[in-house]
Amino acid sequence: MSSETTAGAGANSSAGFEPKIVAFVCNWCTYLGADLAGTNRLEYPANVRIIRLPCTGRIDFNLVVKAFEVGADAVLVSGCHPGDCHYTAGNFHARRRWKLFRELLDTVGIDTNRIYFSWISAAEGAKFQSLVTEIVEKTRAMGPYQDYRSLVAES
Amino acid sequence: METELRNAIRKLLEEKTVDVAIGYGRVGVGGAVGAVFVTSPDEVDQLVWNNECRQNLAVHLTRPEIKALGKIAIVVKACDARAVVVLANESQIKREEIVVVGVVCEGVVKARFDGSNGEQFFEKCASCVEHAPKNVDVLIGDEAKAAELDAKNAPTAATSGNQAKLAKLRAMTSEERFQYWRGEFSRCVRCYACRQSCPLCYCNRCVADKNRPTRIETSASMKGVFAWNLLRAFHLAGRCVSCGSCAAACPAGIELDLLNLTLVNAAKEHFNYVAGEPGVPPLIGTYSLDDEEDFIR
Repeated sequence: MSSETTAGAGANSSAGFEPKIVAFVCNWCTYLGADLAGTNRLEYPANVRIIRLPCTGRIDFNLVVKAFEVGADAVLVSGCHPGDCHYTAGNFHARRRWKLFRELLDTVGIDTNRIYFSWISAAEGAKFQSLVTEIVEKTRAMGPYQDYRSLVAES
Repeated sequence: METELRNAIRKLLEEKTVDVAIGYGRVGVGGAVGAVFVTSPDEVDQLVWNNECRQNLAVHLTRPEIKALGKIAIVVKACDARAVVVLANESQIKREEIVVVGVVCEGVVKARFDGSNGEQFFEKCASCVEHAPKNVDVLIGDEAKAAELDAKNAPTAATSGNQAKLAKLRAMTSEERFQYWRGEFSRCVRCYACRQSCPLCYCNRCVADKNRPTRIETSASMKGVFAWNLLRAFHLAGRCVSCGSCAAACPAGIELDLLNLTLVNAAKEHFNYVAGEPGVPPLIGTYSLDDEEDFIR
């Protein structure tokens, strides 16, 4: 992380910058979707670190903050499509929470363009591949998340 | 009004309807107004009512040492009355066991740093459209006057006070907002006065205090204060009644109520939800199949 932090102004030109993406995924849909992408040999950038949680309902907003604290440049939160939740309604609860949480992040000035939400089912390996590829490319263009990194550096 | 309030409380205590009355009294340094706990009819003259009654006394309703005193009567302003409703909705209190004495409030003034009273009213009072408390058992004060004040503030309620401050903030770029809060939060010392003064921050053990594992950075470092302030604000999403206790209690003068107001506005805009209405289920913890998901891919 330190080498990227010190990249400073040059980082936006994305020379040698490899974005770190943290993906919080649910065990039942998106994790299996990512697995399917793997077994189908669908190639996607290795910048994404997948963290498997039981359900999107379990994805505490603190985890998103924590991801930025440890140097994530973008965060993906993904789970089952509405109606498909293994626990019936976890994703509905999560959806409502995220809607509000994004507003709070927006007021605080945390870049909501670096936080992605998606529904990816166990059958959508290709969607996982294309979304992750897109996130990595967009984040590469945006450069490292200097704001939050400088905050951590100050700590 | 003060006499009327004292008489009402005296009656409740004399008739043994309640064992303790939580009200405002001059108990602080230099006669500053704070909470008094009146347990006998002889003590009711301690109670005061004026524009210095800024605290939200509902914070005491969930405290075990207060509950131990017996049946409670509580003096509330309109914003505090909403907090009592939320506490009842969240099963933290049994509403029928508490006597809520509402007082018509014409606004409260900010305290100066030395504890004396300023002339400046709280921003929340500038946009207040609820001067007479609702859902109370006893109402003290002039309702007609309250309605008049409500009508006076109504046209500008959405654009004055804290709403104006928040609108100004939201008009900045994301980067500017980040720098603004960075400056504000840099003064945060993690004293948790915001948490302690909030009637709805009632967890016996706050996640910020948990250390196995540590959920959020515990120091007052920059990442720690960001994590804490986001956490505090978001745990009040769909619950905050905008009483402003957090901001009033903050020794660093951080406008914490603007963070809460963001969520109050969002709850209203996206879910048509206003906290503090009796019998309404909590916003977070329930869901609708039709909730917005425009931001989800």
